[in-house]
Amino acid sequence: MSHAKALHRRTEIRKPLVALLLACCLAALASNARAGTLYEDLGGNDGVVGVVDQFLWNLADDEHVSHYFVETNLERFRSKLIEYICVKAEGPCTYTGDSMERTHAHMGVTVTDFNVTVEALIHAMESQHIPTGVQNRLLKVLAPDYATVVQE
Amino acid sequence: MRVTKITTMLLLACMTAMPAWADSSRILGTGGASTIEGAAGGGIVPWAALVGYGSEGEWGAAAFSTQLRVTDYSLDAKGLAISYNNRVEVSYARQNFDLGTLGDALGLSGHRFRQNVFGLKYRVSGDLIYGTLPQFSVGLQHKNHLDFAVPALVGGLRDSDDELYVSAAKVWLAGVLDRNVFLNITARYSRANQAGLLGFGGDLGDKRDVLLEGSGGFFLNRKLALGMEYRQHPENLGFSPQDAWKDVFVAWFPTKHLSVVAAHADLGTVATLPDQRGWYVSFAVSY
Repeated sequence: MSHAKALHRRTEIRKPLVALLLACCLAALASNARAGTLYEDLGGNDGVVGVVDQFLWNLADDEHVSHYFVETNLERFRSKLIEYICVKAEGPCTYTGDSMERTHAHMGVTVTDFNVTVEALIHAMESQHIPTGVQNRLLKVLAPDYATVVQE
Repeated sequence: MRVTKITTMLLLACMTAMPAWADSSRILGTGGASTIEGAAGGGIVPWAALVGYGSEGEWGAAAFSTQLRVTDYSLDAKGLAISYNNRVEVSYARQNFDLGTLGDALGLSGHRFRQNVFGLKYRVSGDLIYGTLPQFSVGLQHKNHLDFAVPALVGGLRDSDDELYVSAAKVWLAGVLDRNVFLNITARYSRANQAGLLGFGGDLGDKRDVLLEGSGGFFLNRKLALGMEYRQHPENLGFSPQDAWKDVFVAWFPTKHLSVVAAHADLGTVATLPDQRGWYVSFAVSY
């Protein structure tokens, strides 16, 4: 194959690719203007409380995980979870709850329970109209908890 | 053909009944799409990810139908895959390859020939999203031809063969521009000519080679992914060179029960005919 032809072919495949990537980056940037910390982008205290409340409703509705909360003091759990997410999102809070290890010790949380919980959080963020990029950032800072929460 | 139809219909019937059950728990998109070979992956590259959305103690599954139309050829693939425990995946695909103009040129009465692909995949370790290491899987595919006349004519030595692959895949949450980014690298040990469509081995070689394959991209949002793929082929046939296959794709996951993939594919030279480019569309119902 001649160089000219090879070059032509390479350009041919690149054209749709470059156009696609460009379109995506623009779209991503347009919907992704960072205002500040993750906490601020979540909508501050109101935003975090909105997500946590919807998250708790979603968990309560799920047969995989709802049984874990039968003997939980839900008001305490809710306030500690709001603090926890606030701190993880670099908000102006102090976490006064127990460590993740202690909270989940002996619970026997499975991978499936963890996945269900993550999905409950995603659906909560969706219903609170949290933008995709902000959702991803919160998931990213919470994802390392997998190692301490799931007992494999 | 009949077997594929019946199993596909059975699976479809099961899936229609499934909304009554709770959904499988893995996150949307993590089951990937269905490759033309049946295994979960992109369109042409099998991924370390397992089909469907099953996690620990759960089942996952997908049934798919894919059409690829390039300059001089077309390929239809249909099949299904089932996984359990997010640990093991079993898959089957039936491929129908249409020679189009080359069939006329060769003076063949029949333009079509068919290949079966049976697949097994095992997740060795890791998770797509959690932990620092990628998810590792190993896979085995057995392929056999039902109409070997044409592949034999162009120099394909064997009408059936086995191939082995290892895959590593990882998702980076908020990886680039706060979007979730994914990458899968697969190394396949194979002597398949054009993925086996032109048989296995040939006059230039009958030993398996290590072939590199890759897919990568990102999720624009929860339901829409963009990416590209690359897949090497060996040089076993003196009859014609084989170029790497490439594609750029858009994958849409409106729910855990449906995915649609559209791609622009470039297969390079296929059986002496150069510049085989065109469109790829795949539909899958999944669970």
